[in-house]
Amino acid sequence: MIEFFEIFLTAGFWAATIRIACPLILATLGEVLCERAGVLNLGIEGIMSIGAMVGWMTVFLGADLYTGILAALIIGGVFGLMHAIFTVYLGASQHVTGIGITMLASSLGFFIFKLILPASTTPPKIKPFQPIDIPFLSDLPFFGQALFQHTPFTYLAIVAVIFAFWLMNSTPLGLSIKMAGENPMALEAQGIDVFLVRTIAVVLGSAFMAVGGAYLTLSAFDAFYFGMINGRGWIAIALVIFASWKPERALLGALLFAGLDAYQVRAQQLAGAVIPYQFFLMMPFVLSIIAMIIAAKRTRYPKALLVPFRRGERH
Amino acid sequence: MENLLKVEKITKKFGNFFANHEINFEVRKGEVLAILGENGAGKTTLMNILFGHYTPDSGNVIFEGHKIDFGNTNSAIKLGIGMVHQHFTLAENLTVLENIMIGKQSIFSLSLPKKDARKKLLRLSEKYGLPINPDSMVTDLSVSEKQRLEILKTLFLDCKLLILDEPTAALTPQETEALFATVREMVELGLSVILISHKLNEILRVSDRIIVLRDGALVGEVNTNSAVRSEIAEMIVGKKIEYPKKQDVKRKSQYLQLTDISYKSLSFPAVQNINLTLSGGQILGIAGVAGNGQTTLAKLLSGHLKPSSGEVLFYENKKVNTSPKSFMNLGLAYIPEDRNSDGLVGEMEIWENVIMTEIDTPYFRNKFGWINKSKSFERATNLCNLYDVRMQSIRQPCRLLSGGNVQKLLLGRWLMRSPKIIIACQPTRGLDEGAIASIQKLLLQARAKGSGIVLISEDLDELLSISDDVAVMYKGALSEPINTEQTDKLSIGLMMAGEGF
Repeated sequence: MIEFFEIFLTAGFWAATIRIACPLILATLGEVLCERAGVLNLGIEGIMSIGAMVGWMTVFLGADLYTGILAALIIGGVFGLMHAIFTVYLGASQHVTGIGITMLASSLGFFIFKLILPASTTPPKIKPFQPIDIPFLSDLPFFGQALFQHTPFTYLAIVAVIFAFWLMNSTPLGLSIKMAGENPMALEAQGIDVFLVRTIAVVLGSAFMAVGGAYLTLSAFDAFYFGMINGRGWIAIALVIFASWKPERALLGALLFAGLDAYQVRAQQLAGAVIPYQFFLMMPFVLSIIAMIIAAKRTRYPKALLVPFRRGERH
Repeated sequence: MENLLKVEKITKKFGNFFANHEINFEVRKGEVLAILGENGAGKTTLMNILFGHYTPDSGNVIFEGHKIDFGNTNSAIKLGIGMVHQHFTLAENLTVLENIMIGKQSIFSLSLPKKDARKKLLRLSEKYGLPINPDSMVTDLSVSEKQRLEILKTLFLDCKLLILDEPTAALTPQETEALFATVREMVELGLSVILISHKLNEILRVSDRIIVLRDGALVGEVNTNSAVRSEIAEMIVGKKIEYPKKQDVKRKSQYLQLTDISYKSLSFPAVQNINLTLSGGQILGIAGVAGNGQTTLAKLLSGHLKPSSGEVLFYENKKVNTSPKSFMNLGLAYIPEDRNSDGLVGEMEIWENVIMTEIDTPYFRNKFGWINKSKSFERATNLCNLYDVRMQSIRQPCRLLSGGNVQKLLLGRWLMRSPKIIIACQPTRGLDEGAIASIQKLLLQARAKGSGIVLISEDLDELLSISDDVAVMYKGALSEPINTEQTDKLSIGLMMAGEGF
């Protein structure tokens, strides 16, 4: 039994947790931004997918890795703008539009991939971000390997959390976003354009999601294939609720889920013969559901989430 | 006095309906201009045009020589117009300070100068005598504090003209007095105020000038000091209103008794140890500021909620299962607070709504058990004639009826059953004077026929004029009933604010 606890004492486990958490952190932050402004973005899975493809393809076609991130950021913003035009300006159903965006973006991404690389059976590879050792800190026993030997993209994800936290709590835009999701009339009554604020939030949030997808192809792996997002977007939707729509708690939630995932891989190796591996695969999801039930009891939804704002209507 | 704002020939149509028709008026510097009118007269539409929420079909609004751009509140705010909406425009998940400071800078600015904003807020709060804690969460504020915050919000944006849309709807009489003191104070300090209301008494006390809207058109303008109450009332409605008078009615036996009823849950405000008795031929009024447990009490009385402890006894100490159906079968009628969502189904046709409560009666079925349409239509037509429900056809959906007609239909549906007990929750809220008078008349007629009525209302004038006794609800507790002959508005108002609890 003791081996199951020893997993927690290996630096490798913690390093893997952070690695697995990164795309989830970015995606969850993106969804937090959208939902805080009152717009559910179910396009997340597709936006992550096309972000992963565009980021990878940019690098494959000769650009450097940072340009790849930038390309993912832009394509995310474009799909975010599409979502915003339908849901914010036209007041269409956020559920239907979001699912439509997911289907469009993931299929379009793979279609473009196939157009550029029609014949490849084994996915071609790029040279992804390499781990860099932070001077001195990476030499620390245990913590060095766990925390300070990651790729630059990983640190970027942490910076993104700080950025989102600052945006939400210390800028007029963050305040406006929070208000747009709670009572858009309050914003309009203060002379601020609700449509603009919501659009900015959705575009920015979608850009975060696409970068989260690009993490998979530019840092975690080195290739792109269809279906590689594998439900991470949907996990992020759930994590947003766990996070109570707060960036700092999104980090916590993503780490928790990633930790469970990293743990189940290792636990599987230990007990593979005795317990069927499917049980371990299931574990992070079951435990996440339990954590969500506990956390969500106290949760306050943004009041105007899913409610389109229509200017100049009788209310 | 100098003009601050000039409204020129404003016309706004919703479909074929003129919400505003060629309206002209001006607001002078340092005055309180009251705009009176019934519901649907176009007051709120007009204000939403002034403030830039709506774009009119024609006409101009000129503020200090500048034209206002419509369809965008920013222009009106920049010029110095502030508006406190009828329904609060606050974000409950943010603090007072955060709600106030938004809109002062561009949303693209990178810093949030909380310190400066706090200083300015505290200065304004002192200058106008509007105390507030900048760090409270809005969700924790009381209604009058929220209103104070709304006013401070407009002052924070340096407004010169403040529009108050039905500001006293949710206030106790004492809070209303305090608000009016603030309004006078603001006018003394050079601001102008537009006050919108349908409560004539209040307007006469606080305003300098009155304009009256009816059916979207401006029908009169008077100086308050030369105004005659009855003339203005007629101008508002367009005809004379007859208010019903309470007649003496012989009390019957006890119909309903509540002993030590308590209810606790997360979804409704709790009530504790409620004792109440109701006899036939009695109207028992329940006063109180909204949110003190009246809704819970109404749902307990109508069988929608089961009390956590205590007993509801009917007639000769009879007990039944708690369900709306079994209460109904004992002759109880329930007028819910929100008539549009809990009383009727707006999308369904009038006749369908009329027979909704009668659907189990064989009379309205044919031999196959299907709905007998001709009998249903007949019932609906009779009801509409009897209770003066104005409609085009009994086949039209209920949502097209005005508030007063919806309420007459709802009340009429119950009265057709000759109920012994009527639980009426805010039956006249939001209705105009004419409709209020008809509803009150119907309730008094029911009383004369021997029904016992529990009347839950926030309108003290109504409670004192038509009920026999009044009890006050405060924080879930109910006071002893007081005979309305032996009390007045002031003492009930004090009890509503918690005195004696």
